[in-house]
Formats: sequence, structure tokens, C-alpha cells
Amino acid sequence: MTAPTTPSTALLVRGLNVSLGGRPVLHEVDLAVPTGRWVSIVGPNGAGKSTLLAALAGLLPAQGHISLLGQDVASMSPAYRARTLAWMGQNEPAGEDLRAWDVVLLGRLPHQGWLSGLQAQDLQVAEQALRSTQAWDWRERSMGTLSGGERQRVLLARALAVQAPVILLDEPLSHLDPPHQADWMDLTRALVAGGATVLSVLHEVSMALQADEMLILQNGRLVHQGACADPRTHRALEQVFDQRIAVHTLDGQALALPRRAASTQAQASA
Amino acid sequence: MKHYWFHRPLHLGLLLGVLTVLLLALGTLAGSGGMDAPPSVLRAWQAGADEDGRMLAQIVWQIRLPRGVGAWLAGALLGLAGALAQSVFRNPLADPYLLGSASGASLGVCLALVAMDGALINVHWLGRLGLTGAAFAGAMLAVVMTAALARGVAQTLRLLLAGVVVAVVLGAGSSLVLQMHPQLLQSMQGFMLGSTAFVGWDGCALMLAALLLGLAVTVALGRLLDGLVLGEHTARSMGLPVDAMRWVLILTVALATGAAVAHTGLIAFVGLAAPHITRRMVRWGARHGAVLAAMLGGLLLAAADLLARLVIAPAELPVGVLTALLGGGYLLWLMRRANDAGVMQ
Repeated sequence: MTAPTTPSTALLVRGLNVSLGGRPVLHEVDLAVPTGRWVSIVGPNGAGKSTLLAALAGLLPAQGHISLLGQDVASMSPAYRARTLAWMGQNEPAGEDLRAWDVVLLGRLPHQGWLSGLQAQDLQVAEQALRSTQAWDWRERSMGTLSGGERQRVLLARALAVQAPVILLDEPLSHLDPPHQADWMDLTRALVAGGATVLSVLHEVSMALQADEMLILQNGRLVHQGACADPRTHRALEQVFDQRIAVHTLDGQALALPRRAASTQAQASA
Repeated sequence: MKHYWFHRPLHLGLLLGVLTVLLLALGTLAGSGGMDAPPSVLRAWQAGADEDGRMLAQIVWQIRLPRGVGAWLAGALLGLAGALAQSVFRNPLADPYLLGSASGASLGVCLALVAMDGALINVHWLGRLGLTGAAFAGAMLAVVMTAALARGVAQTLRLLLAGVVVAVVLGAGSSLVLQMHPQLLQSMQGFMLGSTAFVGWDGCALMLAALLLGLAVTVALGRLLDGLVLGEHTARSMGLPVDAMRWVLILTVALATGAAVAHTGLIAFVGLAAPHITRRMVRWGARHGAVLAAMLGGLLLAAADLLARLVIAPAELPVGVLTALLGGGYLLWLMRRANDAGVMQ
């Protein structure tokens, strides 16, 4: 008798190509995301980060092979896939008229039948999700009355309420103030410690460097995948951002700082 | 914090139900010569009523009651269709006529009138059935054309644009037919302004069937409709069959709109105002929201029908004009209040 083992690779992608409106956006992307790790995706604007995340979630027509926890995504039922993989997009509608509480309960949809109502467990999970993103206090408020950061934390709780082992988050830190960014990092660490796999697109490179591993995209291609602590990852980062950032290590943490252009540097020293 | 008039959807539902029953009862008293006294109407139903009493009973049963019930049903269908359209298009300004059904129904009626070359008032029941069928077929055909032009129902914006194009083209078709047959203008006007005067029990039965079907779809898809609120991508990521749902919902909107328009003509504003007002009175949820919007739409049209009969009795106002005035005025007032409170959304 053996307990079911979790595959060591959460997401395995081979030869992924995605075109949007006839324009190729992702070219031949191969990648492997290990289970139980936090992996960040970075790259310049328009590199295809959000497209990659949406394609991995099965939201865009894509060519290539994607397997999720060892199973071919194409052969999964939509409901099973939805329970295995949660996705939170960027700039998606938030349901202005709904209460925060109702929005988070929608995260339980993948666990419900067509006509079945909410179970006690659904309410419990939704409460837990709202508390974990410090959004419990405004559960009764409509989404339309929340600030950008408050709304973001409710949407994050909605994604967490799915209780999927693989979580894809597109810019989860947008609109969040520094204390809540730090809270989000603690939350992600706790999720990963609990065995979940988190893949997040992050705009802020210093935040992205806090992850376990990093995927670097440029012009629709994966140009580097490596550990965030690895100096080769730092060099690859500096390169895709045209040497306009410099990665330093401070108190054992990697930190990206802007670097002034060569011409302005020359002017300043003159 | 947003303030709602009703804490629980059930309370609003009960109030709407009570008001509807009162209104329909009041409607049985309203005749062309003003209001009958309740005792005389009640006496007419008792055994051994005199000639006048039997006549009155027949008028109430054959004309006043089906007319009131029909107005309520048509309003409920439009309210339901409006609520579903707003959910599908995630736009509080969406209305049931958005997909070209109104102009399709108009063209259908136009062509049927040409074929019969008769006036709306004078055609007997077979002709009226023909007009109803033509309006319904026209509405459904227009929606199918819109969906075909938009190459499916997957893209909201393309669908809305296709709806506008179909409405303009079919509207031009109606204008052309009327240009060639100017004698039909007056009959056509009755249809364009909307009228509840000719609804009989058979029409009521058809509208009731459409309403029950629409409500069944709404209840079955309610939770999924709520999921659509978070956008198509998020809904898909939660495993919802978004494309299939949209087809079912759009066909339901077309069926409900077609059934209403076929029996009462183009009633303005109920489909837009009913869900909109519901949204402001109680916290929205796709399932109870659509049911309450249907009840409110019914109440609104039944009230407008009663007023249309009384305001300039013995003549009648076109009911569509009244719905536009009542619904539009109320909505404007609500928006003004919201503006004053600084919570305009």
C-alpha cells in the first residue's frame, strides 16, 4: 500500500506557442515548475508574461503540450482542472455589486455541482481565505466601494478559496502598500510550505527575487530559468532589462536597483 | 457603504407579489367608462345575476383580466430578459432589445400586415395569431442573424456591434415596406408604441410558458451567472462552460423578448428599468435578481396598463409611452438622488 505521491513537477510545458489576434506572442516555450516552490515570472513590458500565465491556465488557444501535476491538461475535465489550478488575472472585472464575501464564495464554484448549494465547508474555506489576506473586516461591503488594494486582497482570497495545489497569480501585488506586500510574501511562503506551488508574474524585480526560482521572458521567449539566489539569474535579469538595473546582495537578500543611463552618468560627473 | 431599501430579497419579492395582486384586482374594475364599483363586479359573479351582471362578468373574464395578466406577463418577460442580458453582457445598460429582436419583430409584423393588408384593430383571431407568430419569428431570426454576424456569441463587443447593425438594417427594411404601403402606417404605429389591449387567455398561456422556461433556466444557471460577474477568463478558470452558457442565455433572452413583443408590441424601457431599479433596492445576485426584476417588470407594465386605461378614459394612451414616462422618470429620480449623495456608480 502506498500513499498517492505528488509528482515532483507541478507544471511541465513543451513547445508552447500562443498567437493573439494572428500575432505570435509566445514562441516555443519549454519550462518545468517544481512542486511546492514559489516561482516568479519577470520580463520587460510586452514580453508575454500574462499570456504565458493565461495559457497555462487553459484560457487561451495554445499549441504545445502542458502537463499539470503529471497529467495532460488537454485530457482533464474543466471542473477537475479548475480544482487543481487557480488563476487570478490582472484587471479582471471584480463584480461591483457583489459583497466581498460573495466574491470569495465564487471561488468555491469548482467544488460545487450545478444545482447544489453551499456547504458548511465552503463557508469555512471562504472565511479562512478572507482572513489570510486580511480582508475579513470588509466582507459585507460591495466590491464597488473598496479601494484598489482592498479589492486586490479580496480577489486574492477568491483565488485561494479554490484550494488548488497550483496557484497562478498575475501581478498579485498591484495596488498593495508595502506592509501588505510583505504580508503577501508571508502568505505565499506559508502556502508553499503547505505543499502548494505558486507561480506569480511580478512587476517589481526586487519582490520577484524573493521567490525560490525565476523565469525570465523576453519577446515571447523564455531566456532564463534558475534559482533566485544564483548570480547567473542576476546577470540574466540585468541583461533583459538592458543593464538599466543592477542586482545587489544586501543582508543575504538580492535587491534590484535602477542604474542610470551611461549618458546621464557622464553629464553628472562633468 | 451602499444602502439598500430591502435587506432580504424575499421581503421585496413579497411586497411585489402583494402589489401585483392588488393591481390586478383593481384592473378588473377599470372599464372604458371609468371604474366599476367593487360590489357590482362581485355581484356579477354570483349565481342568478341579471343580464347586466352576466355581461359584466363576461367583460371581466374575457377582456379585463386577461389584459391585466397579459400586461404583467409581458412586463415580467421583459424584466427577466433585461436582467439576463445585463448579466451576460456584464453591463447595467444592456436591454432585451440589444440583439436586434425589436427591429426583427417590427419587420415581421410589417410583412405580415402587407400579406394580410389589414388593420391591426380589425383582424380576427387568426390574423392576430399570424401577427403574433410573425413578430416572434422576426425577433428570433434577428437574434440568430446577430449571432451569425458576430461569428458566435463568444465576444461581447462583437455581439453588441452586430446587434446594432442588424437593428439598423432591419429597421431600414421596415421603413421601406411602410414607404411602399403607407396605409399600414397607423396599424404599425400601434405595434411600435406597444399595446396590451388585445392580449387574450391564449396569449397569456404562451407568455406564461415562456416565462416559466426562462425562470427555470435562470434558477439552473444562477450560480454560474454570478461567476460570469468576475469576467469570462476568471469564470473559465473556475471550470464554467462559458460558451455553452452564453448560447443558452442569449436564446433565453431572445425567447422571452420575442414572446413579449409578439403579444404587446414594442414596450419601451421596462426591460432596462426593471433590473436597474431592482439593483438599487436589494443586493444583487443573479438568481434572485432576475426573478425580482421579472416581478418588478410585471408590476411596472401592469400599472402602466391600468393607468393607460384610466388617464384619458374612455380613450386610451399607448402603454409604451407610459412605461417610458414612469420607468424613465423613476430612474432619473434615483440617479439624481445617487448623485446628490455622491455615490453615483
